[in-house]
Amino acid sequence: MVTREDIFKRLENVFDPEVPVLTVLDLGIVRDVLVTASEIQVTITPTYSGCPAMNTIEADIKKELNDLGSIKVLTLLSPAWTTDWMSEEGKLKLKEYGIAPPVEGGRGMFENPQVDCVRCGSKNTKMLAQFGSTACKAMYQCQDCFEPFDYFKCHR
Amino acid sequence: MNTLLDYTLHLADNQLILGQRLCEWCGHNFVLEQDIAMSNIALDLIGQARSYYQYAAKLDGKNTEDELAMLRGERDYKNLLLLELPNGDFAETLARQFFYDVFHLLQMEDHLTSSDESLRAIAEKAVKEVRYHVTWSSEWMIRLGDGTTESHTRIQKAVNKAWMWTGEMFKASAFEGDLASKKIISDPKQFKLSWDQRVQAILSEATLKLPLEEPYQQGGKDGIHTEHLGFILAEMQSLQRTYPGLSW
Ligand SMILES: [Zn+2]
Repeated sequence: MVTREDIFKRLENVFDPEVPVLTVLDLGIVRDVLVTASEIQVTITPTYSGCPAMNTIEADIKKELNDLGSIKVLTLLSPAWTTDWMSEEGKLKLKEYGIAPPVEGGRGMFENPQVDCVRCGSKNTKMLAQFGSTACKAMYQCQDCFEPFDYFKCHR
Repeated sequence: MNTLLDYTLHLADNQLILGQRLCEWCGHNFVLEQDIAMSNIALDLIGQARSYYQYAAKLDGKNTEDELAMLRGERDYKNLLLLELPNGDFAETLARQFFYDVFHLLQMEDHLTSSDESLRAIAEKAVKEVRYHVTWSSEWMIRLGDGTTESHTRIQKAVNKAWMWTGEMFKASAFEGDLASKKIISDPKQFKLSWDQRVQAILSEATLKLPLEEPYQQGGKDGIHTEHLGFILAEMQSLQRTYPGLSW
């Protein structure tokens, strides 16, 4: 019989369709896996309320686990997802991919966090726009090498 | 009367209608970054709307989330009138957004301690998103208000125009009154003081003034809408009504 650990191992093959270097485990959206005699239940939580990737992720999980039995993907809203659940490995992968990983700080309304340039490492960067190509990102630009880059927002 | 269902639909309709309005800007904004910003805010709101419609469908037990969102008549919609107003120029869209964002955040903060598990769960997610919306609209209020003579004039005009539609937010409908008496939510009039303070703090930094008259317009929560809602619904619903049950 398949174990919970087997399922988690297989979920390492399911990637976020919008940030394809991150697995669903890196993202921290898999909240629970339950193996019963009749089915396998995978509980996921959306990153943002309107995350358009959720349907695809659900389908991809079912596809990946298809040969293991009857798969049910459940969605849980609470507790709400936070970037604190993102794996350290995931943050490294993001950076290598060219997206600055979430950093703490800037909790005040107009205080932006200190985000280092993903290209040259400079601390001299500025936020270009609060929103980016997906709900989870903002746009930054390096003031030294002038590289514009995505920043994966700290969400908590 | 199922007041929890009515209230859930009111919340769903608020996010759906404002989300739809913001989507009208897609491809028309003055700069790409703000086009993206408004579409992202719309996405958050429509995502929240979906959570509310799913909950409403469960409470209702008759209609699906899609039927509730797309196939009700105009008088069945319970959204705030403010949110159905036409976009106007960027300043009008922004003033509407700012007034609502500040209220929306107070409402979501209140829901975090609701005794209703579903409202609480939706708020836990929404509160983080709405906090970000408030930052966006506040920053732009300051940028336009404390900007050029032209931008100041236009955002002040937009504030004056949106103002009379803001009173409805704090006036409890029958369903809100009932839920407040059962301690499921707070009476929205309790948000007024904080709202005034938060709005005033941004507006003074933006060198803008609030009109003095009492904001009097109301009716949306009871389904009495402006002439604008019918047109939004016609656009939103035409596909579902032409091809019932249509899906991707
Ligand atoms: Zn750089």
